Amino acid sequence: MKKSVTLDQIAPGGSCRIVRLVAGDLLGQRLLDLGACPGMALRVVRNAPLKDPMEVELDGCFVSLRRAEARLVEVENA
Amino acid sequence: MNAALIALAGQPNCGKSTLFNLLTGARQHVANYPGVTVDKMTGWLRLRGETLEVVDLPGTYSLSAFSAEERVSRDFVLQQRPQVLVNVIDASNLRRSLYLTLQLLEVTPALLVNLNMMDVAEQRGIAPDPQRLSQLLGVPVVTSSWRSGRGKAELLQAVQGLMGQDPPLRTGPVDYGPLEGLMAELLPALALLPQAASEGSSAALHRYLALKLLEADEPVARQLGATPAGAALVAQARQLAVAFETAQGCSVGEHLAHCRYQRAQQLVDLCQLRQPAQRCLSDRVDDVVCHRLMGPLLLVAVIWLLYYLSIVQGYRLTQYTWPLLAGLRSVIEGFLPAPGFVEVPLTRAFVLWFVDSVNALLNYIPVFFILFGLIALLEDSGYMPRMAFIMDRLLHRFGLHGQSTLPLVLGGVYVGGCAVPAVMSCKGIPDERARLATILTIPLLNCLAKVPLYVLLINIYFAAHKGVAMFFIATISFLLVLPIAKLLSLTVLRHKPAAPFVMEMPPYHLPTLRAVLGRALERVWLFVRKITTIVAAVAVVLFVLLQFPALAPERHQHYQDRQQQLEKRFYRTLAGTPYAEAVQEPGQTLELVLLAEGYAADRLRMGDATAVAALNAALRQQQPVLFDLLQPENAAAKKAARALKKLLKERKALLRELRAEQINNSLLGQLGQALEPLTAAAGFNWRVNVALLSAFAAKESSVATLGALYLPQEDNETLEQRMAQGEEGFTALHALALMLFMVLYPPCLATAMAVKLQTGSLGWMLFSLGYPMVLGLLVASLVFTGGSLLGLSGLQAMMAFYLLALLITTVVGLIGRSSLSS
Repeated sequence: MKKSVTLDQIAPGGSCRIVRLVAGDLLGQRLLDLGACPGMALRVVRNAPLKDPMEVELDGCFVSLRRAEARLVEVENA
Repeated sequence: MNAALIALAGQPNCGKSTLFNLLTGARQHVANYPGVTVDKMTGWLRLRGETLEVVDLPGTYSLSAFSAEERVSRDFVLQQRPQVLVNVIDASNLRRSLYLTLQLLEVTPALLVNLNMMDVAEQRGIAPDPQRLSQLLGVPVVTSSWRSGRGKAELLQAVQGLMGQDPPLRTGPVDYGPLEGLMAELLPALALLPQAASEGSSAALHRYLALKLLEADEPVARQLGATPAGAALVAQARQLAVAFETAQGCSVGEHLAHCRYQRAQQLVDLCQLRQPAQRCLSDRVDDVVCHRLMGPLLLVAVIWLLYYLSIVQGYRLTQYTWPLLAGLRSVIEGFLPAPGFVEVPLTRAFVLWFVDSVNALLNYIPVFFILFGLIALLEDSGYMPRMAFIMDRLLHRFGLHGQSTLPLVLGGVYVGGCAVPAVMSCKGIPDERARLATILTIPLLNCLAKVPLYVLLINIYFAAHKGVAMFFIATISFLLVLPIAKLLSLTVLRHKPAAPFVMEMPPYHLPTLRAVLGRALERVWLFVRKITTIVAAVAVVLFVLLQFPALAPERHQHYQDRQQQLEKRFYRTLAGTPYAEAVQEPGQTLELVLLAEGYAADRLRMGDATAVAALNAALRQQQPVLFDLLQPENAAAKKAARALKKLLKERKALLRELRAEQINNSLLGQLGQALEPLTAAAGFNWRVNVALLSAFAAKESSVATLGALYLPQEDNETLEQRMAQGEEGFTALHALALMLFMVLYPPCLATAMAVKLQTGSLGWMLFSLGYPMVLGLLVASLVFTGGSLLGLSGLQAMMAFYLLALLITTVVGLIGRSSLSS
């Protein structure tokens, strides 16, 4: 079984698959609205110059989110 | 069904607001939805002789109940039941947009889908087929590109086509798979609930409510759970949802999102020929724009260019536009009663004050036009989200947001901004708490109007250290903004909803000239309409405060006597010259004075010699005798001209003295004196108080009022010299306290109005006026009293305060991070 980590731990260029959204409420819903459902593949594109926020590619869409937010997305290495 | 109501819905940045402006033009009204600080934009549209109300719903990604925007949108559609709901969607980002469309189909039957940004989609070769989409969704679809003004006629025709129809709500635009069975279990009991029946009962609506119960939607559960039967149903739905989660391994919410996304993807595959091309170009551009070193450098360059083009070059343009405004003023002046020797008729004073107040603001139009144009350019190109991406970490630590960058720059992070456009540009910040923190702290930045007072004080009291003092004042404001923003977000803004940062980074896109110019014009017009009317109204109030109570009759008599003395002396000097006959009585003297002043003003305006020659020739013909005094050619004329010059100067001094006494005596002057005990700790005397009070209308006034209060004793004294002499015991420490108070000065009235517009609340506007005053007085008192006690010089106190501010900002930035992240 693959080890589950959180999205903020993935380095730029790394790809992963969403396992679970720990985020509830608005953040969880916003992620879902942008297509971040469990099972979806993600690619970390880059970090901001100060390392936070980070940018990910989600099914053809480019989305940026803070590290604190990425910590609430559980992923597995793909 | 509300027959005369049209609503616009769509995701952020889909062009909905552009459509709203296109439909309603100037007939708009902003209010709040009940109980929340979400703007409700209402406008009116004339369509075939009927007046329709158009409501622009807030931009939302979906219709869940997690944000106030989403709740008000959903409630509005369900309760107001608009005749037509126009869903504006981004044709270049179809799948994401259809995700919302599918949810709208669950709550309204009268949907009209507007495929916007067709030009962008066509450019990328991914334009969807509108007919196919219309068949698939079962609702009309029209295409448009609002930014280039394409598609209005078709849209209006489609709206017309839907009017008067009352179609039933469709069932099941999305198949929710295993959830469908659970919904069916809830339906029989749900149909019996009175709350469900009263909603305008239909099977589709019940299905929607059942879905919301399974999703554990708070408002719907509260509404339906009001009765015992309803409460039982809510509990049953909760059990079913828990069972579903255990069986499927994901929450109901996640499952719904997944199903909707799948359905949206299906629709995209069916009506769009090609998959969106990988945006490799945008991504490559971002390799530079968001690069660790290049990114910040480019950001600084963009900010500098924005500042340079709008503030510096825009100011240069006002040299050409100001004569137009000045011309308008002199046309108006021509209709007013002429001024007396020392008495100015009230109508004249009032109208000119009014015109000057409005002109002072209209003068900024070139600056605003360039600024708004450049902002539109940045917005359309897609650079804004990158700016937020780069700056968020720094600003977020202080309770601000990545998207606060632009407002802070416009407000004057270094020296010279303007708070009005800065506050207006806060509209896009999605996080309510950070947005309010930004709006409330922008007025603390150094706007252009604060600069004259700084320059005045630095020239007098820090003359030996001008460079240091200028650097101090230019950077101290930002050092104060950061901790104050943090303080506000931890205290008064604590309960305001924060929003996740999660933000789409759209592909770059080449803006069109038409769109940029159109938006710049539209915003300038909005600015002129909203701000000018208010400033004009407030100018009236301030005029009253400055003019009343009027001086006592004996004081008037006093000035009349002095006027007569001046005139007598003038006649004595004139006696024996050929001009004595032409100027013998007060009426003639006044005429001469006005002639001389008009001549001086005209000459000042005319640059070239030919125009002056023409003016001279015309005047010589009109006033053959008196003209000699303006252009003396012989000894007698020169003597008389000298006397006239002296008279003019003495009259001006007399007028200024009268003005100072009037201000002193006025309500504002009395207020300034009454406040003296309160401001003593900060080292302000009543004159400074009056100057600061008059700065409420516009901060430029502070220097002008000081000019009126510190009368010249000798002819060529500058205000600097006058202040230095007139205020014995006024030290560099006093000046420092005054400058710091100016940094923390409450927003000017135009800004206060912008704050009211952007927060939608009178309360926040008053708060934005009140807290800087308290804070400013505290800081000024700390510096002045503290500095005096420690025996610091102005420069030492300046250094000490700077280090203190730097320390506080650093400490605040390092601690308490967790309390803000949510």
